[in-house]
Amino acid sequence: MTFLNFLISGISLGSIYAIIALGYTMVYGIAKMLNFAHGDVIMVGAYICFFAISRFSLPPLVGILLAMLLCTVLGIVVERLAYKPLRSAPSLAVLITAIGVSYFLQNAALLLWSSSPKVFPNFFTVTQSPAPDGTAEQTVRTGIELFGGQLKISFVTIVTIATCIIIMLALTWFTGRTKMGKAMRACSEDKGAAQLMGINVDATISMTFAIGSGLAAIAGVLLCSAYPTLVPTTGSMPGIKAFTAAVFGGIGSIPGALLGGLLLGLIEILAKAYISTQLSDAVVFAVLIVVLLVKPAGLLGKQVREKV
Amino acid sequence: MTMKLKKLSKTSRRNYLTYALVILAFVLLQILSGTGSISSSLKGMLVPICAYVVMAISLNLTVGVLGELSLGHAGFMSMGAFTGTAAAIALQNVIPIAPLRLAVAMAIGAAFAALAGFLIGIPVLRLKGDYLAIVTLAFGEIIKSIFNNLYVGMDSEGLHFSLLSDNTNLLDGGKLIIGGPMGIGGIQKISTFAAGFILVMLTLMIVFNLVNSRAGRAIMAVRDNRIAAESIGVNITKYKMMAFVTSAALAGAAGSLFAMNYSTIVANKFDFNTSILVLVFVVLGGLGNMLGSIVAAAALTILPEALRQFSDYRMLVYAIVLILVMLATNNPTLRSYLDRAKAAVTGKGRKKEAV
Repeated sequence: MTFLNFLISGISLGSIYAIIALGYTMVYGIAKMLNFAHGDVIMVGAYICFFAISRFSLPPLVGILLAMLLCTVLGIVVERLAYKPLRSAPSLAVLITAIGVSYFLQNAALLLWSSSPKVFPNFFTVTQSPAPDGTAEQTVRTGIELFGGQLKISFVTIVTIATCIIIMLALTWFTGRTKMGKAMRACSEDKGAAQLMGINVDATISMTFAIGSGLAAIAGVLLCSAYPTLVPTTGSMPGIKAFTAAVFGGIGSIPGALLGGLLLGLIEILAKAYISTQLSDAVVFAVLIVVLLVKPAGLLGKQVREKV
Repeated sequence: MTMKLKKLSKTSRRNYLTYALVILAFVLLQILSGTGSISSSLKGMLVPICAYVVMAISLNLTVGVLGELSLGHAGFMSMGAFTGTAAAIALQNVIPIAPLRLAVAMAIGAAFAALAGFLIGIPVLRLKGDYLAIVTLAFGEIIKSIFNNLYVGMDSEGLHFSLLSDNTNLLDGGKLIIGGPMGIGGIQKISTFAAGFILVMLTLMIVFNLVNSRAGRAIMAVRDNRIAAESIGVNITKYKMMAFVTSAALAGAAGSLFAMNYSTIVANKFDFNTSILVLVFVVLGGLGNMLGSIVAAAALTILPEALRQFSDYRMLVYAIVLILVMLATNNPTLRSYLDRAKAAVTGKGRKKEAV
C-alpha cells in the first residue's frame, strides 16, 4: 500500500514535470532553442495566482486564469523583445539571452515580491457542511482516503493528473487537427519550406511561446499547491528537471515530454523512498545518462541519420 | 624586432599579445596594490578572478575549440576544489611550505578532475549537440549531490570515507575533512594572486600549445566537419577526449585555487548557475578567443561589485546588460556597421591580408 502511495505521488509530480516539459519541447521543436527562462515563467505564474487569491481575494479559478493570461502575455513579450531579434544568430547567443531573461525574471521577482517565502494556499479542498442533526461539525477535506485510510490521495494530486491528461489530449488535437497546429508541425520540420507555403513563421513561433508560457502558469499553480513554498527561485530546479524530462523523452516530441515527465517524477519519488532522499537527484540524472547512452535521441526521439 | 614580429603568423602574434597583456595586468595590479590604491574589495577578488579566468579559458577549449556545449563545467571545478583542498589539509604537516603545498594541491585537484573528465567523457562524447549538453549538466548535478553527501576523515590509520551520513568512526586525534553538506571548513587560505597569475599563464601556455599543434588542428577539424575529419583518418574519440580531459584538468586546478581562497567551501557553491556563469564569460568573450574569455571573466566578475551603487537593482541591471550585449553583438545592422568601421580604420592592413 505504501508503494501505491509513492506511485501516485510519483505520477502526480511527473504530471507537473510533463506540463513544464511540454513548453520546453514545443519551443525547442519550433525555434530550436533551449528556453532556460521557462522555469522562471512557472514562478511568475505561481506568484500572480498567489497574489490574486490572497491579496485581492479573487476566486481560485479566476486567479489561475489570470496567471495563465499574464504569463501568456509575458511569453509573447519576451519572445518579441529578446528572442526574435536573434532569429538568425548562432544558437549559443540565443541560449545566453535566455539565461539573461531567466536572471532578469528571478531578480525582478526578488525586487517586487522579496525573498521571504510565501506559503501558497491549498485551494483544492472540499468543505463538508455540518450535519443537520449536529453530529458532525463543518470540516475541510484536502483529499480522499481509501482502504480505511491506508491510501491517501489529495485533491491536488487528482486535479494535477486530470489536468495533465486534459492538456495532453488538447495538445494532440491542436497539433493534429487545427490549422495553427499543422503550421507548427510544418515549422518544426522545415522553416524555410513552411514560409514558402504561406505560413507566417513569426506568428507561429509567437503562438508556441504563448502556449508554452500558459502551460507554465498552470504548472506553477499545481507545483505550488503540492509543494507550498514560493520563493523567486522556485522555478529553477523544476525547470531543469523538466528540461531533463523533455530530453529523456526525446526533445521536440510531445508524447515524449509526457513519457519523460512521468518517468522522471516516478524515478525521483521512488528513489527518495527507497534509496536516499539526499541522493534522489543524483539517481534521476544517472538514469537519464544511462537512457541517453542506449537511446541517444531520447525514448521517443527520432534518430536522424546523417547523410554525407 | 619588428621584422621578427611581422614574420610570425597572425595566431602567434595574437597569442603573444595575450601573454603580454596578462603579464601587464598582473604587474599593474601588483604595483597598485603595493601602493594601496585599489580597494580592499577588489583586492579580495583577485584570486577568484584568476580562478574564473582559468575556468573561462578551459571551457572555451571545450565550447570554442572542440565545439561541444558543456553545461557542467562547475562539476570539474568542484572536483578540483574538494580533492585539492582535502589534499592540502591532509598534507599540512608533510609539506610545511605553503606555496609548494598549494602547487601540489592544485596538481592533485587537476588530476582528479581529469579522471572525472575521462570517466564522464566516455559516455558524453558519444552524444551530439543538446543531448551532450544535458548529460554534462546531469554530471555536474551528480558531482554536486555526491560531495553534498560525502564524509571524509583522517586519523592515524589513514583516510576514511563514508556516504550519506558520518560513519567515518575516527580515532582520537583524527579530524573530519569533508563534512557532507557542511563542506570543508577551516581551510588555510594559501591561495595568492601570484599563484593565480602563474596558473593563468600556465593555462594559456597549455591551451595555446594544444590549439596550435597537430592535435589542436585535428580537434578543430572535428568541430568544423566531423564526417570529413573522420574520412581523412582523424581519430575522433581520441581528439575529443584530449580536449575534454585537458579542459577538465584545468578547471580542477582553478577549483583548488578558488577553494583555498576561502575558509570554508560547500558543494552548493559549484552548481548549475556557476557553470552557466562561466559559459556566459566564454560566449561574451567570443568562441575560441582566449583573450576575450579573460577580459569577459575579469569584467563580469567585477561588474556586480561595480554595480553596488545600484544596490538591490544590481543583478537586475546585470541581467539587462547581458541581454542588451547579446542583442547588440548579434544585430545584423549594427554588425555590418561595425565591420565597415573596422574596414575604414584598418583598410590597408586588410587588403594586404587578402593578397
